[in-house]
Amino acid sequence: MALVRVRGPLKQLAGGCSDHAFEGATVADLLHELERAHPAVGGWILDERGLVRRHINVFVNGEQGGAETAVDAADHVDVLPAISGG
Amino acid sequence: MTELLVGTRKGLFALEGEPGGRFEVTARAFAGEPVEYAMRDRRSGRLIASVTSAFYGPKLWYADGPTGEWQQAEGVALPEGGESALERVWVIVAGESDGSLYAGGDPGVLFESRDGGATWELNRALWEHPTRESWQAGGGGLCLHSIVPWPGDPDRLSLAISAAGVWLTDDGGKTWRQGNEGLVARYLPEEAREGATALCVHRLHRARRLPERMFLQFHGGVYRSDDAGETWTDIGAGLPSDFGFPLALDPADPDSAYVIPLVADMDRVTPDGRVRVYETRDAGAGWAERGDGLPQQDAYLTVLRHGLDRTGDGSSLELYFGATSGDVFGSGDAGASWFTAATRLPPVLSVTAGD
Repeated sequence: MALVRVRGPLKQLAGGCSDHAFEGATVADLLHELERAHPAVGGWILDERGLVRRHINVFVNGEQGGAETAVDAADHVDVLPAISGG
Repeated sequence: MTELLVGTRKGLFALEGEPGGRFEVTARAFAGEPVEYAMRDRRSGRLIASVTSAFYGPKLWYADGPTGEWQQAEGVALPEGGESALERVWVIVAGESDGSLYAGGDPGVLFESRDGGATWELNRALWEHPTRESWQAGGGGLCLHSIVPWPGDPDRLSLAISAAGVWLTDDGGKTWRQGNEGLVARYLPEEAREGATALCVHRLHRARRLPERMFLQFHGGVYRSDDAGETWTDIGAGLPSDFGFPLALDPADPDSAYVIPLVADMDRVTPDGRVRVYETRDAGAGWAERGDGLPQQDAYLTVLRHGLDRTGDGSSLELYFGATSGDVFGSGDAGASWFTAATRLPPVLSVTAGD
């Protein structure tokens, strides 16, 4: 199973746990699984369209990816707020 | 003691004080996050706040007090799998039914809660309105920023959307119709103004003691309606500028309105470096300058659409407004004189007042 890592408020919403293992073929699959396992995360990473929010970055094994990036069981996905704001 | 809930670009600030003196910051919540709007529902005492995280999107939160435990409200989202996402919740207003609250947001959407703000439901009739395809966003997005109940009648409600004009319902939101006759969009070519629906309303309010009477600050123009928003008459003559955003009324006087003019759409600051509120007590026939105690030199402030609010009425009317400069000003005598309630807050997005 691939690993999804969250931190900050997302970790709190995900039951206080940063690492979550799920099966899926894409980043979006994993994030949907995360939402199913922890409904409080719903709407925080993916918007209603199913898109990763504009100022959230996802990295697959350290390389920036997106919702449609393919993953396999050995991969880990970090979900981080982007370096933006003012 | 008056309570101000000040939504800023960097959190919610609760202030308390007496008119005439400095207000004390009693609490800060959502540190670092833009708080678009916060209100206290006077029926339940509950606070409800709209917070738009740059990272995690717009959310509504509720708590018993500003230092209490904030809980995320449910249902504040658009239907999943569509082409739109909720961008921001602009305003929260108490409805006329027990426990009823309304929230307006971008893209031109209305939510209703029937349990005091814990759960919300999208108004489908407005969301699926056949004209929606033609709605145009204003500079701040397609924002539903004004929700105006009819005192004592939960079926009658008026809305304003920038830039999709005024909307009216007489059946509790099952059907909606436009109420734009008389509004003149000077920002459009003359030949395009007749029947235009790209109407950039900035703020809308209803006179509590005469519900057919409404006032509207437009993107160039201040208007009054005497038929519950069906038709509008320009009452902006006599103001230094008829461009501005916020609007407040004295609930005791249906002929009253307060506006804060800005120079123009291309220069959104107080005219001549002087901060002045303008008041009418004759339904817009004339306007009186109310600047006593406000900065009158080198003061180029911007006051946003939800930056002005009132509490009390008649001779007890208190007015408060905040600017993007981080200053908050107040009046305890219906605008006759003003004092500085707070300075050096983050840019102020909204002010709501209560006691």
